[in-house]
Amino acid sequence: MELFQRKRRNILPGFGLSMGYTVFYLSAIVIVPLSMIFFNTIPMGWEPFLHTVTAPRVLASYRLSFSTALFAAIFDAIVGLLTAWVLVRYRFAGRQFLDALVDLPFALPTAVAGICFATLYSPVGWLGETFAKWNIEIINSPTGIVVALIFIGFPFVVRTIQPVLEEVEQEIEEAAQCLGATRWQTFRKILLPHLFPALLTGSTLAFARGIGEYGSVIFIAGNLPMKTEIAPLMIMSKLDQFDYNGASAVALVLLLISFSMLLLLNAVQEWQQKEYR
Amino acid sequence: MNLEWIKKITIAASLIAASGLPGIIAEAAGTATLLNVSYDPTRELYQSENAAFIQYWQKKTGQTVKIDQSHGGSGKQARAVIDGLEADVVTLALAYDIDAISDSKLLPANWQQRLPNNSTPYTSTIVFVVRKGNPKHITTWDDIVKPGVSVITPNPKTSGGARWNYLAAWGYKQKQTGSAVQAKNFVKALYKNVPVLDTGARGSTLTFAQRGLGDVLLAWENEAHLILKEFGTDKFEIVSPAVSILAEPPVAVVDKNVAKHGTGKLAEAYLNFLYTPQAQDIIAQNSYRPRNPAALKKYAANFPKIKLFTLNEVFGNWRSAQKTHFNDGGVFDQIYLP
Amino acid sequence: MLKQPTPESAPIVKKRISDPLPVQIVLIGLTLLFFITFIFLPLGLVFAQAFSKGWEYYLESIREPYALEAVKLTLTTVAIVVPLNALFGVTAAWAITKFNFRGKAALKTLLDLPFAVSPVIAGLIFVLLVGSRTPFGSWLGEQGIKIIFSTPGIVIATLFVTFPFVARELIPLMEAQGRDEEEAALTLGARGWQIFGKITLPNIRWGLLYGMILCSARSIGEFGAVSVVSGHIRGQTNTIPLHVEILYSEYNFAASFSVASILVFLALLTVGVKVTLEKQFQKNSFHH
Repeated sequence: MELFQRKRRNILPGFGLSMGYTVFYLSAIVIVPLSMIFFNTIPMGWEPFLHTVTAPRVLASYRLSFSTALFAAIFDAIVGLLTAWVLVRYRFAGRQFLDALVDLPFALPTAVAGICFATLYSPVGWLGETFAKWNIEIINSPTGIVVALIFIGFPFVVRTIQPVLEEVEQEIEEAAQCLGATRWQTFRKILLPHLFPALLTGSTLAFARGIGEYGSVIFIAGNLPMKTEIAPLMIMSKLDQFDYNGASAVALVLLLISFSMLLLLNAVQEWQQKEYR
Repeated sequence: MNLEWIKKITIAASLIAASGLPGIIAEAAGTATLLNVSYDPTRELYQSENAAFIQYWQKKTGQTVKIDQSHGGSGKQARAVIDGLEADVVTLALAYDIDAISDSKLLPANWQQRLPNNSTPYTSTIVFVVRKGNPKHITTWDDIVKPGVSVITPNPKTSGGARWNYLAAWGYKQKQTGSAVQAKNFVKALYKNVPVLDTGARGSTLTFAQRGLGDVLLAWENEAHLILKEFGTDKFEIVSPAVSILAEPPVAVVDKNVAKHGTGKLAEAYLNFLYTPQAQDIIAQNSYRPRNPAALKKYAANFPKIKLFTLNEVFGNWRSAQKTHFNDGGVFDQIYLP
Repeated sequence: MLKQPTPESAPIVKKRISDPLPVQIVLIGLTLLFFITFIFLPLGLVFAQAFSKGWEYYLESIREPYALEAVKLTLTTVAIVVPLNALFGVTAAWAITKFNFRGKAALKTLLDLPFAVSPVIAGLIFVLLVGSRTPFGSWLGEQGIKIIFSTPGIVIATLFVTFPFVARELIPLMEAQGRDEEEAALTLGARGWQIFGKITLPNIRWGLLYGMILCSARSIGEFGAVSVVSGHIRGQTNTIPLHVEILYSEYNFAASFSVASILVFLALLTVGVKVTLEKQFQKNSFHH
């Protein structure tokens, strides 16, 4: 337990209990099962491993998964902040109904979401017809993947910002206003830095979730090799050849990349917080 | 605000959990139960077959049987059995998937010799489904590789049916020209015309029938009939090519699991039942081609004469077909490389 | 929390400084636009399909025995998963936000990991861990213990997928709140559990609630991971999402979307619970 040792002043009780339980539960549910991916990759040997994870199709699928997830996360960050703001700060008819529907992307099985979007945006669908007139192709293109991922990641952003926004003490805003700050200045200088950690967390989660998403995307992506094939599909097709090791190898790379990105963002956040205090 | 409600929720949760588990255990003890792990398109077929078998078995032995069904992509189902889904019988889309189960020692390697007709009580083939009136005039395999024809077929990497589609196209060209190179070019031209590779056969059907994509759908013959039934004969029609592949979806008892459950006799009887005239009739009703000549004759109108070649004729066996064409780096991967 | 004295007639909602009306209208309009394209239309599609064969067919499909079995299995799973992950979330958030220690960023990242793991992998790892190909799995099999392809497997996979929700909800919140209040209570002689029950818990109740709602919504809807460990045995190991998929694959669209609409109702229900609790809390805080 060298790593998680307490440092500086910690006067509150319960460190041992809470940390012990956290580490235990984390290991049992996450770390031990996830290590199986690692152990199933080892028997491959280094050469075949490299060969598998750098095959052109696999590389193309990483690129596609990461870029679409990134676009979707950025879009979600903007819309999510907007939605959280509107839901917390304004009072209008139907607000609670909107609030309730934010969680829909979680509760609706991803397969249903995928089917819905594929149907809506197909050339004969409610929205697809309009887009077809403008010659914009949505399904069976990366755009379609982004659409599905925006839907999947949306609640992450809203639900992380919402509680923080609820807790913001309005005296600060009032004080800023009394001192002559405009509404926009107050938002940018006072509120945004306060909300930033939550916003970053939310969109990072949306991003991470987007990289791995499978159920909704396969219905709308088209799945053409080198063009619209996402990384999780590569894992799936390896499994269907009973190639457990190859599947684990691709999964491992995906996992390592996501993990380092999450780690980086968490570090940035930590630093940002110290700055803010 | 106290911890009371957390306690209440925890207690409620454990009560629900506790009440659910004994139910699952008790069920296993009562009547004899079989688990049939099958692929996607056979849902309707086994619904009828199971009802018929339950009645037949009750009459013959007085024992009540319950048959549980599990359906999914053929490869995925095989993997589940390998990883511990305790199937008494497997009824999958292609022999390669059952070979993989035998590789993990759940059933002997010679499983395909244990039942008549290569352990396939029914067969099917690959046909074309086109939009009503056949606007693109598709009648032969050569028509579907023409530029401007959009073909819908699933991804051979993730769908058993898609592999039969691919092999049918390849086999057609190879038998016609005798050249594997020409066959490869033919298949390459075919997949150039494919705008979407769904992960399963039913996904492709929906892309074609519901989302209006594509001019022609490559499908199992039985699925083609089902599409007409579900989506309307006024919208689609079936075109049977002159030559196609004899698709043989095999069945097998999973020895290790039946030994564990003590259901060996029952499982064997269940699969043998599929060869009886009664079961063969149900098979034909569901648009699978029956092995029994009488049943085939009775429903001849549904099964136009197609010159069918077997997989072994062209590709040797499933293991080598899989290795050459569908495994990573195989022919299917090559045709997509720039 | 506002500690100003509130006049008797004040509305329950805190008085807020607000943006000018035009700004409000534009922002609400934009939000609505997003909701229409991304939420209402798919929802509309679900209900349009669900009722495409009329009310009676709708009721029939959700009362069908297999559908009921699926609902029961899903609710059982949620009832086990949510409390466990909530307990963990509170503990982890306490450890992370109330203390300084080395490796905090790494620990936080590990907490997020299940989000970054593809649902396909989330199912796969449990198959690799306790599937019958592994020594551990075959040993379990000999003892007659079934984990994957039965209820425990579904519960564990769901635990994994929804693992970070509560913790992730609480950490930014508790970080924003700091630890001054708890430390003050400590100096005044309060003990550990007292501090937690009287100060921390009331402060984080919204975050906790949100987290639990998200956790339950996600457990209800999880498809990918559960699909890998379920075995798809009708009436036994099919959760609602799996049942929806099965019906859809049978070209039984109306029934499939009818069952999917149950999920929508369940999602709305969880939020309904939240709104009710919210009102309850507000009333209570005025009595003090």
